[in-house]
Amino acid sequence: MDLNLSPEEIKFRDELRTWLAANAPKDWDERREESMESRFEYLKRWQRKLYEGGWAGISWPKEYGGRGASLMEQVVFWQEMALASAPPLANVLGLGIIGPTIIAFGTEAQKKRYLAKILSAEEIWCQGFSEPDAGSDLANVRCEAKLEGDHYIVNGQKVWNSYGWAADWCELVVRTDPDVPKHKGMTVLLVDMKSPGVEVRPLRQMTGETEFNELFFHDLRVPVANVVGKVNEGWGVAMGTLMHERGTFGAGLQITYRRNMERLIDLARSTQRNGRPIAEDPVMRQKLAQCYAEIEIMRCNQMRAFSRISATGVPGPEGSIQKIFWSELNQRFQQIAQELLGPYGQLEAGDPHAVDNGMWAYGYLRTRGNTIEAGTSEIQRNIIGHFVLGLPKSY
Amino acid sequence: MQFGLSESQQILKDTARKFFAGESPVAAVRKAMETETAYDAALWAKLAEQGFTGIITPEEFGGMGLGKVELILLMEEAGYALLPGPFFSTVALAGAVIDACASAEQKKKYLARIAGGQARSTVALVEAAGSWDPGSLKISTADNKLTGTKLFVTDAAVADFIIVVARDGIFAVDAKAAGLHIEPMKGMDLARKIYSVEFKNTPAEKLANTSGLASALDVATAALCAEMVGGMQRALELTVAYAKTRKQFGKPIGIFQAVQHLCADMYLETESSRSATYYAAWALEENTADATAAISVAKMYSSDASRTVGNRGIQVHGGMGFTWENDLHLYYRRAKASETMLGDATFHRERIARLVVDGAAAGDKKSQNAERAAALVK
Ligand SMILES: Cc1cc2nc3c(=O)[nH]c(=O)nc-3n(C[C@H](O)[C@H](O)[C@H](O)COP(=O)(O)OP(=O)(O)OC[C@H]3O[C@@H](n4cnc5c(N)ncnc54)[C@H](O)[C@@H]3O)c2cc1C
Repeated sequence: MDLNLSPEEIKFRDELRTWLAANAPKDWDERREESMESRFEYLKRWQRKLYEGGWAGISWPKEYGGRGASLMEQVVFWQEMALASAPPLANVLGLGIIGPTIIAFGTEAQKKRYLAKILSAEEIWCQGFSEPDAGSDLANVRCEAKLEGDHYIVNGQKVWNSYGWAADWCELVVRTDPDVPKHKGMTVLLVDMKSPGVEVRPLRQMTGETEFNELFFHDLRVPVANVVGKVNEGWGVAMGTLMHERGTFGAGLQITYRRNMERLIDLARSTQRNGRPIAEDPVMRQKLAQCYAEIEIMRCNQMRAFSRISATGVPGPEGSIQKIFWSELNQRFQQIAQELLGPYGQLEAGDPHAVDNGMWAYGYLRTRGNTIEAGTSEIQRNIIGHFVLGLPKSY
Repeated sequence: MQFGLSESQQILKDTARKFFAGESPVAAVRKAMETETAYDAALWAKLAEQGFTGIITPEEFGGMGLGKVELILLMEEAGYALLPGPFFSTVALAGAVIDACASAEQKKKYLARIAGGQARSTVALVEAAGSWDPGSLKISTADNKLTGTKLFVTDAAVADFIIVVARDGIFAVDAKAAGLHIEPMKGMDLARKIYSVEFKNTPAEKLANTSGLASALDVATAALCAEMVGGMQRALELTVAYAKTRKQFGKPIGIFQAVQHLCADMYLETESSRSATYYAAWALEENTADATAAISVAKMYSSDASRTVGNRGIQVHGGMGFTWENDLHLYYRRAKASETMLGDATFHRERIARLVVDGAAAGDKKSQNAERAAALVK
């Protein structure tokens, strides 16, 4: 065990640190009042800048626009981003889960065509997995794709698709053979969201925003060349995506979590309660310390997981603990923020009395989704039970 | 950067697993815990033969001179086996304090005997206030003589000398010294006995002032966390094995999700405690800027986790889990004793708050970042 950086890693870190000091925008926090779309454009510009500086896709192969560095340098990247209080990146699904899927399962032509544009945020990606009757039970997808010459004709519906409104492309799971057992008749397609036959409907979520969407496909034509992996073997491809979503996706979250933690500590010091700063209240001190500790443990868990993945090559089912940890930690954190803010915690954006323009009210509501998206906490615990601990399958 | 064990670290861990399984199986643990001291001289001789008693002692004092990470790997396996007797007290507690605080002369006298397996020892710190905060201590020496009572002293009855933390310094007291009176306390951990230690004008040899104490206790805390991780790992394995074999409604109970999810949570808590503990040991070894915070993070989390892992494990075992015959309660008992030893979760959360709420992070983001940056540079 050696968490010291190697000479190359130090060189990498120093260069990155210098670059971030000069280039990371400082005004992200001030943009809370802007619309979702304009904030997204801001993050796209930021990601573009990173890409042009050579800092997007640290561990992705060089020939596809990445840096060809190690997974551990990817870890250093997230840590430095957090340290610099840099804004998060725009194309989260492309970077975190869809790019790695194309790298693992895609053809040479697909890698050349898609990867660099994911890194530059020129093309934003969304994930078209869930359907009204296929959430946890993903193998139940019905959205059908029928082969006609060199195209698949797609008809059906997807739901809860994050970034659907911003997306240029979609990783879509479809049914290509309805006559075989569920897991054996699925295929993954790369779908151009701008092509005819794609309808994106806003879906308002409990926060009031429409960060996710419903997708409807009417006789959408997708070239055969856009199949990822083999036809009818989409289950394995989709699982590859989900393993990344559970196991490695959380690494980037430490940027946001650390930023939130620091802000909360500032608030604890500057807010008076019972005649003294909240930071001096023994109960709140305990709770803040608990949050700090959990964020640290999340970071340690992730470093350990990344080391394991660099040894084995792929994230395994044990990655489910990362997903449980970041989602449940975030819920506890937001609740503590609410306790700290008292009645002000409930105030939403636009209220003149709202703290940080309603960021905490939004955060509190938004974290409810954390234990549902990317596989519910119950499903993650099933995965640990079935595939890590070897308990008999419950279904 | 590599957050995994090196080959030699893995070998050490595997060797320790095998050694404890062979030399201290649970039947032997049960036998030891029925004795007054839980100390087994034959087992101790074998621990010394393996070099385990000198694992972190510098080679010049007859030890193996290994690092904190190696120490915690060994302690994790000791915890997995629920090793009875004074190993933790001697090696990780007294050994660490002497190593951090004593003169070379004194190290030869005390540490070398620990490393060689000739002596057992412990640290007497806590007084009636029940606090591990050295600031809470009342006892001090007069003319190099101690008077007063220390409580919750682990393994005092088998110690050849006791390291005493007093207001005015750290002292060594010979087990045969005049005016020393040791009385058992009825602690919950049956395999690691605790005692009240009374001094009446007892001669004591000063080792140092208390300035080096904090870092020594950090080493002991990392070791204790690792022992807890080992205990959690064992409880998890026992529980999963039981869930696979115990049948109700014609099926193994492990097929029921309510049971699976208890097991999954045990896994999550065990692994997270392990990540935090390994990180803390490494941070101590490298003396990073966040080492103290990392120790508190590990102890805070492991203290709560080792209790909840035990809770869930017993629940999955049903009525069987509530019996004396089942081994889980032995681990559960130790978990409770270890939870408070060297500071419970509340104690360590306050320590963290002092570092991150009062200290750098608050209002002064830069200096905390600098601290973290320094930690990363190391
Ligand atoms: C904010 C957000 C963003 C999302 N983004 C996307 C996206 O970009 N792309 C996408 O494809 N999908 C997305 N989703 C959908 C998400 O993946 C699904 O909501 C999730 O997998 C759960 O499916 P479901 O909603 O159908 O719930 P259900 O599967 O109906 O589950 C309902 C409840 O039953 C429990 N349950 C179900 N099956 C089991 C079982 N076998 N054992 C134990 N308990 C069970 C669940 O844990 C849950 O508590 C998003 C969801 C949210 C909330």
